Amino acid sequence: MAVLEILQYPDPRLKQTSRPVERFDDALRRFVTDLEETMRAGPGGVGIAAPQVARFERIVIVDVSVKRGIRQHGRLVLINPEITEWEGMSTGREGCMSVPDYTGNVIRAERIRLAASDEFGERREYEMEGYEARAVQHEIDHLDGLLFLDRLVSKRHDLFRRKTYR
Amino acid sequence: MTADHKDKWYMLTLVGEDQPGIVAHVSAALYEGGCYLGETSMMRLGGNFTIMMMVRYAGTAHGLQEVVGGVAESLGLRLHIDPIQAHLHDHRLPDVRISVYGADRAGILAKVTGALAEAGLDILDLESDVAGTEEEPVYVMHIEGHAAEGIPALESALEIVRNEGIQATLQQVDTLIG
Ligand SMILES: [Zn+2]
Repeated sequence: MAVLEILQYPDPRLKQTSRPVERFDDALRRFVTDLEETMRAGPGGVGIAAPQVARFERIVIVDVSVKRGIRQHGRLVLINPEITEWEGMSTGREGCMSVPDYTGNVIRAERIRLAASDEFGERREYEMEGYEARAVQHEIDHLDGLLFLDRLVSKRHDLFRRKTYR
Repeated sequence: MTADHKDKWYMLTLVGEDQPGIVAHVSAALYEGGCYLGETSMMRLGGNFTIMMMVRYAGTAHGLQEVVGGVAESLGLRLHIDPIQAHLHDHRLPDVRISVYGADRAGILAKVTGALAEAGLDILDLESDVAGTEEEPVYVMHIEGHAAEGIPALESALEIVRNEGIQATLQQVDTLIG
């Protein structure tokens, strides 16, 4: 077990696309253990993606169980995840272990349907919403070289858009 | 960016009638004068353009005045410079977002912020606007802040405000770190 070093922007490696996992072996499971430990070592981290620790494979861990009173699945290891359905939109505030000292508002789908393998290679399906769905979308973005900075919306015109209708 | 840590920080304020290119001209002058920018806020307020910039500069306030004085004058901007303490990389996270709107009338901002301050709100960011028409103006405000005494205290404060015909909604801001 080990806490891995987290890449921080402007490290260009955070902007690359990660490749799918092909072998579900002990080495993969050891890495998942380290990745989870790294996530839990960060202050307030509810998710982490493998490229954040310089392993460019499509592996994500999410655990939002520290948040009380929301619908969630607990600890999730999501390998080769694919979002198959999106529904609704909501704005929420995000930060990232790879982008210290900055948070901003990002629009995400409110509900998603997701297929992903666990660390033993078994394919599963999930339906999730709200905070957990947001965390999963944030982490899957990392697999495609996207940071929340790529999706920022202005807090100024977040709720009331100023328009003239005439 | 090379900058001496002994460099001083200044708050630079520029206000004037809006016209194209203000930001580009001012930032070019600062860059060419060897300045480094911290946090800034620039916006159009009722046809005026307002700029507040944290600027790091090796010289005196007078020297900085000379760096931007020319461009400010040519753009018709009033310029003000204050030495400040810079606290970068020290962002405070908002945990609450409050939206307020209602028929515009005297004292609405004072009333709402007064009630919220008493209930423990530290304001991190506030902007307000006047929408509607000249005959029937509508006041709209957004606040992001920290609820030092918890969310329920703020909700009670807003309840009082609502009884006076002001619409107010509070949303908890739950920042996701991933
Ligand atoms: Zn992230």
